[in-house]
Amino acid sequence: MRRSPSVNLRLVLGLAILALLAAAAAGAGIVQQMLGHDPFAPDLFQRYGEASADHPLGTDELGRDILLRLLHGGRVSLAVGLGVALGATLLGTGIGLLAAWRGGWMEAVLMRLADGLLALPALPLLVVLAAVDTGRFGLPRGEAVADIARITLILMLFGWVGVARLARAAALTQLSLDYVAAARVSGATEARVLLRHVLPNIASPIAVATALAVAGAVLAESTLSFLGLGIQPPAPSWGNMLANAQEMIFAAPWTAFWPGLAILLTVTACSLVADGIRLRR
Amino acid sequence: MARLVAWRLPQIAVTLLLLSALTWLAMGLMPGDPLDLAMLGDPTLSAADVAKLRAVHGLDRPLHERYLAWAAAVLRGDFGYSRLFSVRAGAVLWPALLSTLTLLGWSLLLAAAGGVLLGVLGAARPWLGRAADALSILAQSTPSFWLGLMLIILFAVTLGWLPAGGVAEAPGWWEAARFLLLPVTTLALVNSAGYARHALAAMQAELAAPYIRTARMKGLPERAVLWRHAFPNAAIPLVTIAALDAGALVSGALVTETIFARPGMGKLIYDSIMGNDYNLALLALLLAALVTMLATLAADLLQRAIDPRLGH
Repeated sequence: MRRSPSVNLRLVLGLAILALLAAAAAGAGIVQQMLGHDPFAPDLFQRYGEASADHPLGTDELGRDILLRLLHGGRVSLAVGLGVALGATLLGTGIGLLAAWRGGWMEAVLMRLADGLLALPALPLLVVLAAVDTGRFGLPRGEAVADIARITLILMLFGWVGVARLARAAALTQLSLDYVAAARVSGATEARVLLRHVLPNIASPIAVATALAVAGAVLAESTLSFLGLGIQPPAPSWGNMLANAQEMIFAAPWTAFWPGLAILLTVTACSLVADGIRLRR
Repeated sequence: MARLVAWRLPQIAVTLLLLSALTWLAMGLMPGDPLDLAMLGDPTLSAADVAKLRAVHGLDRPLHERYLAWAAAVLRGDFGYSRLFSVRAGAVLWPALLSTLTLLGWSLLLAAAGGVLLGVLGAARPWLGRAADALSILAQSTPSFWLGLMLIILFAVTLGWLPAGGVAEAPGWWEAARFLLLPVTTLALVNSAGYARHALAAMQAELAAPYIRTARMKGLPERAVLWRHAFPNAAIPLVTIAALDAGALVSGALVTETIFARPGMGKLIYDSIMGNDYNLALLALLLAALVTMLATLAADLLQRAIDPRLGH
């Protein structure tokens, strides 16, 4: 591959954008105090307000401040993205390592399962799962935290596949190397071989898969919320803000711009991080 | 090759079986059943009527019994009636499939052609390569529903050149094209990213190979080196991406079809899931999964035909 300064630039740029977004989401409370609005309270005298000093990005169909809702929505999107990535990485790494280490029918079953999940039409299945009535299992529905947990869990079911495939491929290479044989000869237990020797050496491809899992989760969450199956209003998420905006593209076209831009920035940053790690030597 | 097919076909059958069972279970866990929805639509239905209808349609039986009855009927070739449209499930499917084939066919054709062209030319010229890389990262990160909305706001709301959605009512290819232009552009842009990135990476790898140096030393024009020597080898991984996309030809583009109000497969699947239309939803989902898996199998066979090394 080409070696150039642009390689690290991707990683730095991606991490910088993500840090900025995370700081903005974390600082939603401070911005709220500065502006002095409640992003959840409708103010019908302020509907469809254009950008002003009071409302930097204008107001939506219920007169709520778009900037504040954007920041609060960012908390949801980033929480889902990181939650899914964490779960998918743990699950995927475990499954990938197990498949590479055990081989045989265990590997065949796990990897065919992964192939099968990849071959299925993902979005319709996500729609089916997201529409399941979690109230039947005694879980609360409609509260923001419950929605976040529900969506995170569903996306994890699909998210592990990418991590597992990369982890297995990398682990297979490492397991065939001499240092693994050396470790075994010197009496290391299999757990020690896998966790202390193999795992650190496959950390890089796993990190790539994790970054891509964040990107995929943010996109999928916003898509489900856009379809009305993800985070339920009045809690804001970038996806459900866009769903509202779609209904008013004639009255207030600018309301559709910002949530989408936020998604685009987040996903781009994750892709940059993934590329940066992949191209690093 | 025969071994690959013999190994893969049972796998496909098992996946379809698991998918149908999983979907049935998940739809059973959705709030309400078909008769709850019927009651909402018809206030004159009494509780006794509903109980009678439940018994007639077998909805009072447990979920797994209903699934087995459905599966037995499907194996006899009977996919049942659509609850939403009150006709045979297959009859609803064809018009939607036609709409989706048109939309996705054009989109994927443009995406593949544009993406591959960008990737190949980008591998030949470093500055274009960097631009192609940046563009494809952006395209890959763009939510299709946002891009669609932005295009509608620009071309339908502000400029007023194109319709915001729906399908052509007047005859003629120009009228149809006007309605197709925005959704096709949306899907083509979003989907071209994968082709561009893979074409770029594969071409860069091929151009570094010794046989390319040989071709150049023979004095071949650069265009021949690029397209006749490097491209056929770089195209092998692209076949797999095209196969994965082939499933979309049948499952449609749920979000884009919703935004542009096109009655395609994506919208049909969504509506049938939401409307508790088990027969229709399962038929559409299984068809989409079957086509994806068969296309993947076809891609694997094609790859082996192109590159004999893969067979061993």
